[in-house]
Amino acid sequence: MSGSKTTDLAEILSKHEKGLLDDWLGELIVEAKAGRGTLRENELRDQCREFLNLLLGAAKAGDFTNLQSKAWTPVREMLANLSRSRGLQGYSPSETATFVFSLKKPIFARIRQEFADDARSLAETTWAATELLDGLGLFTTEVHQKAREEVITRQQQEMLELSTPVVKLWEGILALPMIGTLDSARTQIVMESLLQKIVETGSGLAIIDITGVPTVDTLTAQYLLKTVTAARLMGAECIISGIRPQIAQTIVHLGVELTGIVTKATLADAFAVALDRVGRTVTRKAARS
Amino acid sequence: MERIPILRMGDFLIISIQVDMHDRMAMTLQDDLTNKIIQTGAHGVLIDISTLDMVDSFIGRMINIIASMSRILDAETVVVGMQPAVAITLVELGLTLSGVRTALDVEKGMELLRAATRSRRAEAEEREDGSVEE
Repeated sequence: MSGSKTTDLAEILSKHEKGLLDDWLGELIVEAKAGRGTLRENELRDQCREFLNLLLGAAKAGDFTNLQSKAWTPVREMLANLSRSRGLQGYSPSETATFVFSLKKPIFARIRQEFADDARSLAETTWAATELLDGLGLFTTEVHQKAREEVITRQQQEMLELSTPVVKLWEGILALPMIGTLDSARTQIVMESLLQKIVETGSGLAIIDITGVPTVDTLTAQYLLKTVTAARLMGAECIISGIRPQIAQTIVHLGVELTGIVTKATLADAFAVALDRVGRTVTRKAARS
Repeated sequence: MERIPILRMGDFLIISIQVDMHDRMAMTLQDDLTNKIIQTGAHGVLIDISTLDMVDSFIGRMINIIASMSRILDAETVVVGMQPAVAITLVELGLTLSGVRTALDVEKGMELLRAATRSRRAEAEEREDGSVEE
C-alpha cells in the first residue's frame, strides 16, 4: 500500500517539477526577505533545482522510509554541503531547516490538486510526503549542528595552542608565560610542550610566569609543582615568577608547600636570576661623551 | 643473558641504558655497578637514560635505588637525558628521585660530576692544610 503511495508521490513530483520549483522559490524568497536575505536569488534557484532533481531521482528509485539507504546518498550529500556552508555563514538551525520545510506547502498543494476527490489517497500521500520532508529537514539540522560543533572544537584546539607558547629568552633560558585558568587538559599540554622544548633546546633553566593566571587553587599549585619536579628530573631548573599579592596569600593560606622552588615576583627578577645562573650579567653601556 | 655495560672513563663510570630494561636486568645492573664502584674506586656515576621512553614504578624505583647505593659507596650519581614522557610518568607515580642529581645531556652531566669532584678535592685539601697547621 505505502509502496504505491510513494510512487504516486514520485509521479506528482516529476509531473509538477517546474511548478513546484517556482512555488518553492517564491516561498523561500519571502522567507529570505523576512530574515537576513543574504543569499542571492540565482544561487538559491540553483540549489533548489539541484535539490529537486536529486529528490526526484531518489524518489523514483527507492523507498521513502529509509533515508539512510543508498538511493538517498546524493540527496543527503547535497543537503549536508548546503547546511554546512550555511552553518559557517552564520545561519541559525531553523533558517537552515526552512530550506527543506518550505517545500511542504507547494507539494501539499499539488497533492491536493491531484487527489481532489480521493480523500484516502490524499491523506496517505500527504503523510508520505510529510515523513520524507521531516526526515530531510531533521537531517539538515543535524548536519548544521555538527558543523557548528566542529568549529567550536577547532577553536578550542587553537586556543590551547595559542595560550601555551614556550619562548626562548636567552641561550639556555626558556620562558613559559601562562595565560588563563589552568585546568587539567591545558596543564597537561603546557607541561608537555615545556618539557619537549627543554629537550629540543637543551636549556637548563625555565621560567614559568603566572602573571596571566587569574586564580591559583590547590589543583593548579599541584600542577605547577609537578611540572617543576618533572623538569628537575630531566635536569632543568624552574623558576616561578609573576606571583601577584593575592596569589601569594592564597598559596600560603592553602598550605601549599613551594619549598625548594625558586619564586620571584616579576619576570624581570626571574630573568636576572636566570642570567646569573648561566654566568652572564647585564651592564649599562658606557655613556658616550 | 643481556647485560647493561658499565664503561669506565677516568674517575667516573658511565652506564647507558639503551634497551627496554626489564626487572631482571635492573637487578643485574645493581649488582654489577656496586661491584664495579668498589673495584675501580670511582668517584662518579653517570646514568644515561635518553633512549628509555617507557618506565614503570619498578624501574623508577630501581633508578632511585641504584643512585642511592652509589652515593653510599661515595660516588656522585647523575641521571641524564630523561625524556619528557618518562619525567611526567615518574612524577605521576610520585617518584621524585629527590636525592639524585640530574642533567639534560651527557656533556652537562659530566661537567656536573667534574665540578662535584673538584669541590670535594678542594675540601679535602683544606682539611689537610688545617691538620698540618695544627
